[in-house]
Amino acid sequence: MRRGLVVLVAFCAGVSGAQERVLPLSVLRSGITFAGPDVRAMQSDDVANPGELWVERGEKLWNLPAGAAERSCASCHGDARTSMRGAATRYPAHDVARDKLFDLEARIDDCRTRRQQASSYLRESDDLLSLTAYVAYQSRGLPLAVSIDGPARAAFERARAFYDQRHGQMNLACAHCHDQNWGKRLLGETISQGHGNAFPAYRLEWQGLGSLQRRIRACLFGVRAEMPPAGAAELAELELFLAWRAQGLPVEAPGVRR
Amino acid sequence: MPDARVHVPGEVPRGKPFEVRILIRHPMETGYRTDDAGKPIARNVLSTFACRYNGEAVFSARLSSGIAANPYLRFFVTARDSGQLTFEWIDDSGVRGGERVAVTVV
Repeated sequence: MRRGLVVLVAFCAGVSGAQERVLPLSVLRSGITFAGPDVRAMQSDDVANPGELWVERGEKLWNLPAGAAERSCASCHGDARTSMRGAATRYPAHDVARDKLFDLEARIDDCRTRRQQASSYLRESDDLLSLTAYVAYQSRGLPLAVSIDGPARAAFERARAFYDQRHGQMNLACAHCHDQNWGKRLLGETISQGHGNAFPAYRLEWQGLGSLQRRIRACLFGVRAEMPPAGAAELAELELFLAWRAQGLPVEAPGVRR
Repeated sequence: MPDARVHVPGEVPRGKPFEVRILIRHPMETGYRTDDAGKPIARNVLSTFACRYNGEAVFSARLSSGIAANPYLRFFVTARDSGQLTFEWIDDSGVRGGERVAVTVV
């Protein structure tokens, strides 16, 4: 783990924009480091980690022909273990041709409806979570490295403003907890730095796998703020900001969290 | 849909206990929850789980509503001869699941 961090530091020193980080690399910590030993053990063991059930199902779906085109993901993309390696580290990403910010779920669903000509997946459906987990799993251990240049910049700035803005009846901004008070206690919980590198993650509270958008919505619910609907543009933008903020942290999907 | 993930060593020494681990996909619905309309959700948990080695029962469990979704079981088995471990489970709604895995004794 420590050696991994040293490599990451060396890697990120060369990334542009690294100097304007919210959290300096010296204190950047994945959410798993705030978890107890039992949750850590669960995440690191491929048999005990329930998220692997979704990954396994995602692999089946990857190879299953679907839609009017009767093509599977594998028909175009081949073996996900090579073609999808690193893909999740670059998402959310701005698609220039469509002029839209896609998170990984939206990209998979877009591929499904346009290329496979199949019915759209519902957000948080088991199938979409499974495919997302399978694709993200191929990037396990690789550092997050999203692009906020060019057309993605506007979305990034909006999300940054959202992150620093007070929300809801609790009148709290994301930054109040996750920038200024991480590591301290909130009742029984240790406040994490709020990184999304383990998502889609198996949350014990949910008794199932859930997306980063679901987690963000749960956080907004916690501060008694209005929750944008699943799949909303604000949430994808916030995912982009969080991924940039966590740049350099390795992908852990499917992670395990309380 | 995969129902379970099983992990056993491919080769085991004769007469030495080896570890069997299994993760079963199941919602383990407690029966205490209600849906969005306030209607109770029927209890549906894995009621029984059994593991046999070459047909001989080696481990069984009765599970209840206090056990989390996607139960994970870990136990030890001693093998005299090579053979097959079979796992069977049944839930409250009568749905059966199963898995089998070969074990080679060396």
